Amino acid sequence: MTTSELSIDLATRVALYRTAARIQAFDETYRASMMSGKFAGMYYSPRGQEFAAASVAAHLRPTDYVVTTYRGLHDQIAKGVPLRDLWAEYLGRAAGTCQGKGGPMHVTSPKHGLMVTTGVVGSGLPIANGLALAAQMHHTDQVAVVNFGDGASNIGAFHESLNLASLWKLPVIFLCQNNKWAEYTSLAGGTTVEHIADRAASYSMLGVTVDGNDPLALYDAAGQAIERARRGDGPTLLEAVTFRFCGHYFGDPGEYIPADELAAAIAADPIPRYRQRLIEEFGVAAADLDEIDRAAQAEVDDAAEWAFEQPLPDVSELTTDVYSQETAR
Amino acid sequence: MSTATATQAKSMLEAIHDALDVALESDPDVFELGEDIQDPKGGGFGIHKGLSTKYGPERVRCTPISEQAIMGAAVGAALGGMRPVAEIMLMNFISVAADQLFNHAAKLRYMSGGVTPVPLTVRTTTGAGAGFGAQHSDMLENQLIHVPGLKVVVPSTAADAKGLLLSSIFDDDPCVFIEMSSLYFTVRDEVPDGDYRVPLGSARVAREGSDLTLITYGKQVLDCLALAEQLASEGISLEVIDLRTLQPLDTDTIFTSVAKTRRAVVVHEAVTRGGFGAELSAQIHSELFGDLAGPVGRVGSANTPVPYASSLEQAYLPTSRIEPAVRALLG
Repeated sequence: MTTSELSIDLATRVALYRTAARIQAFDETYRASMMSGKFAGMYYSPRGQEFAAASVAAHLRPTDYVVTTYRGLHDQIAKGVPLRDLWAEYLGRAAGTCQGKGGPMHVTSPKHGLMVTTGVVGSGLPIANGLALAAQMHHTDQVAVVNFGDGASNIGAFHESLNLASLWKLPVIFLCQNNKWAEYTSLAGGTTVEHIADRAASYSMLGVTVDGNDPLALYDAAGQAIERARRGDGPTLLEAVTFRFCGHYFGDPGEYIPADELAAAIAADPIPRYRQRLIEEFGVAAADLDEIDRAAQAEVDDAAEWAFEQPLPDVSELTTDVYSQETAR
Repeated sequence: MSTATATQAKSMLEAIHDALDVALESDPDVFELGEDIQDPKGGGFGIHKGLSTKYGPERVRCTPISEQAIMGAAVGAALGGMRPVAEIMLMNFISVAADQLFNHAAKLRYMSGGVTPVPLTVRTTTGAGAGFGAQHSDMLENQLIHVPGLKVVVPSTAADAKGLLLSSIFDDDPCVFIEMSSLYFTVRDEVPDGDYRVPLGSARVAREGSDLTLITYGKQVLDCLALAEQLASEGISLEVIDLRTLQPLDTDTIFTSVAKTRRAVVVHEAVTRGGFGAELSAQIHSELFGDLAGPVGRVGSANTPVPYASSLEQAYLPTSRIEPAVRALLG
């Protein structure tokens, strides 16, 4: 551990675990719910990537902006969107964050700083620049964090965005959650670049590669990037190396992922690994972590039970919210 | 809505400059971004001349040639509480930024259940007739109208250009403001001073008549008015409607006029096939079928890319086909 990692206080260390536990409980309960046939829909599990969200969002304020992708449950929870609101949106209920009009792929909750969840790979980066630009022009010290995968770094919008952010010194953090798989294609199948962070050099930007499954290393690196942005010193491309445990979407068996790679990744599951570390290195009582797990599951169960009881949106809602004035339709 | 008192004769280009100046002056959240828009050049046509000097390079912001980044930054800034006015130099380049405009600007309000409005204006220039060829001249308004969430504006007078642009900038929805470069210097009329607004969704009866209604917008308003003047000497009375805003569409004005004249021809510079005229025609037929003296005529450009040679370009444009369509319907 680095000196700055050592200085992370115990409450923060435990809080990272709690966030990851809440994400994991939601993800596994939601998938079980779909598996049982209780609900059907498109879902992109972030299992395995929990700390890529938890360790970064731990530095963010409610007023900071986050943009994420269709594989965004972990980012949405880490940014503070209440689980009931989320679960209801995932089920398409009127009580959801978007009144059921967005769904899992478009969860939005501006009061928690979750500004966009996009279903288009790479599209979040140009928008995050704009959010950061608004903060810069309003002279606040807000920052924007945009999450995307390794696949998004091959899209033109990624390169235009890094160039512009560097040119305008925007308070934005480009967080590449490198989960090694771009839909059904491996990282190496899409680019000869080994480390996505290396691409920052093309735009005279700082690029940092960090083990995204090491919560404290990522917390430390993200803290530095966010602080740099808040100070007005510009953007960072932060690559959190992690692994996607599930197929691309719920129902995709993911047989294209080599069995040994997947087995190794699951054997190194960052959540139990970090739990062990909290107990052995930092003296956290196992019973305290059990209680966090129990509370996370209880919160998720409550959210699920509540959400399933919520009504679907009334069909009169079909044509509202297209324009600011209903007459403009 | 207008607080204007006096007027001045201005070209459309000067009127648009005036609107940008008024918007930047009146609201610190308004800012411009686009390629080459700062002084001394002030944009490809010089529309922004003086604005970066007056309001500073932060608010009249030059971008690299990066349409996705421009449109995305405008979308994000709008989400963050600004009122961006983005310039996409030429309408054909909107296709380069289409994901941000179609999938994000247009949909973020709806997808969020109304909690993330996108008060964004995209200004863009286009039009055939000046020898710019196939990739710098297209009228692509129907692609925009087909995306719920966008508003689409095409002015034909200098005063409307100012009033509609100010309404677009201060509207809470994403508006695409289409400027036809053929009108920048040729159109000149009295433009009210100050914060003059023309409401979106309100068509203008540009000329009253009783025999047939020409429904059009942009440069073709001038063509239709010229034809109406010409045919008046034969005792043919044409009404000309300038739509001004294509979405939202002022169907009241259209239906009132066509119910009176019982004949309608829709005219636009976009290619005929799949053009906005098809939508207008369908709506008029649905509403007024039993009252019509004949089928609604559709006149647009040829179903080809815009050609370069002047002989071909003039043949491409709809101008010479309006009169035959009118005479055919009058019988």
